[in-house]
Amino acid sequence: MPENDRNNKFKMIGKQSILFHNPPYIIGASSIAGKKEGEGPLGHLFDTVWEDPLLGQDTWEDAESEFMRQAAEKAIQKAGLSSNDIRYLLAGDLLAQLIASSFGVAELNIPFFGLFGACSTMGEALSIGSILIDGGFADKVLAVTSSHFAGAEKQFRFPLDYGNQRPYSASWTVTGSGAVVLSDQNSNSNGPSIRIKGITTGKIVDYGIKDTMNMGAAMAPAACDTIKTHLEDLNLKPDYYDKIITGDLGYVGSDILIDLLREYKIDVSSNHMDCGKEIFDPESQDTHAGGSGCACSAITFTGYVLKQLREGNWKRVLFLPTGSLHSKVSYNEGNTMPAIAHAVVVEAE
Amino acid sequence: MDKDKNVDVSKIVREKDVKTRNENYNQYVKQVTPKHSGFKNVLAAYLVGGIICTLGQFFINYYIYLGADKEMAKAYNTITLVFLSVLLTSVGIYQKLAKFGGAGTLVPITGFANSVAAPAVEYKKEGQVFGIGVNIFTIAGPVILYGIFSSWILGLIYYILKQFGVV
Repeated sequence: MPENDRNNKFKMIGKQSILFHNPPYIIGASSIAGKKEGEGPLGHLFDTVWEDPLLGQDTWEDAESEFMRQAAEKAIQKAGLSSNDIRYLLAGDLLAQLIASSFGVAELNIPFFGLFGACSTMGEALSIGSILIDGGFADKVLAVTSSHFAGAEKQFRFPLDYGNQRPYSASWTVTGSGAVVLSDQNSNSNGPSIRIKGITTGKIVDYGIKDTMNMGAAMAPAACDTIKTHLEDLNLKPDYYDKIITGDLGYVGSDILIDLLREYKIDVSSNHMDCGKEIFDPESQDTHAGGSGCACSAITFTGYVLKQLREGNWKRVLFLPTGSLHSKVSYNEGNTMPAIAHAVVVEAE
Repeated sequence: MDKDKNVDVSKIVREKDVKTRNENYNQYVKQVTPKHSGFKNVLAAYLVGGIICTLGQFFINYYIYLGADKEMAKAYNTITLVFLSVLLTSVGIYQKLAKFGGAGTLVPITGFANSVAAPAVEYKKEGQVFGIGVNIFTIAGPVILYGIFSSWILGLIYYILKQFGVV
């Protein structure tokens, strides 16, 4: 990793990347998951697994808010802080007008920016949070995202009880919420400190895919673009990273990503990992292409990736949640699916 | 998959014209995306659809046996199948049947009942008017609208042909 010259006024590097002068620390993280996620391969790593998809609420939307509230509180608690210590809260979800976020985090009383990046929102939140901290605009920032299978099905596809066949390329929206507390100082004395060294902000990339049941195919070119630009901006080879972790390309999208990058002479086949592929077992859980949703990359990151970094199994990862920015209206009106991927460099030291 | 037919990925990555690039990409995606087996689907639909229709015939025969005339027996049968479908939808069984049976569960009246019952369950939380009222026909709506419209057209054709003494 090239060090950024501290005397340089700018922290920007290359075309669309940033290397932080004082890389923010990740001092707390939480993962709250639904039942199906709890039964998946990563189930034992999550802080809380809820059997009841409604969490005792009346509606799917309220349930998702509750997931988010619990994730936020858990992360703050694990960082040894209270909500008064947090300067900014960055949150987002998949529901229209971000209602899961607005209702979920209201009672925390933290200055709030709502973010929409579809399933890439955790990448967006970590990016902006790190900018706020390294810029000196905040000392503690909380990033939270959530998604809920039932709420997403209702909004984007069909009512839950409607009988239909899902294509193999369709993904399964993850129910849950993940939260990360970023700080200018490390408060975690035991184990390695985990820092966000830099970011590469994705552009909107649209290769003309219209099939909302194949989001991996729509998002793979965006992930390809961000990875390629990131490596060029920072002058790195892909093997610099122990893992290059995409958000929710799933089985179809991951294969496409590897194919596309190979054309640019970038080989990620040995260190690529996809959260959507990790979170479910497609054979026993019938999840087809894999997991998706804002919570997919969020809880895989907080539950699994950070653990690997903390335990020293990995030193450096490039975490890039991917998002498809379509809506039901844009789909019905015959539009393509614009996609995005935001990369975050996370290192243990 | 036939290797020779594979779209060359370089034709996506190197293509400067966005429209051509997108066409090439869509073609490539089509090739790498796994699909349901058509034959297996048709067989499952035949089986499940056949069972539902046999069940319907059984009900018609039974209602005739109970003393209903043929028209009434058909009406009773419809009511019974719709009731069964809504019941199975509410306990979460019809969805599983549809996942296996595909069009075999979609085409019979039970599929129609499922498509009305599912939004009713889902949107109950948003109220009787703006929830159920507005959304109950979100899936079945097109079937109802174009069903009525096409019967109107057919009626018109029938009327015209009748005027000319064709039928």
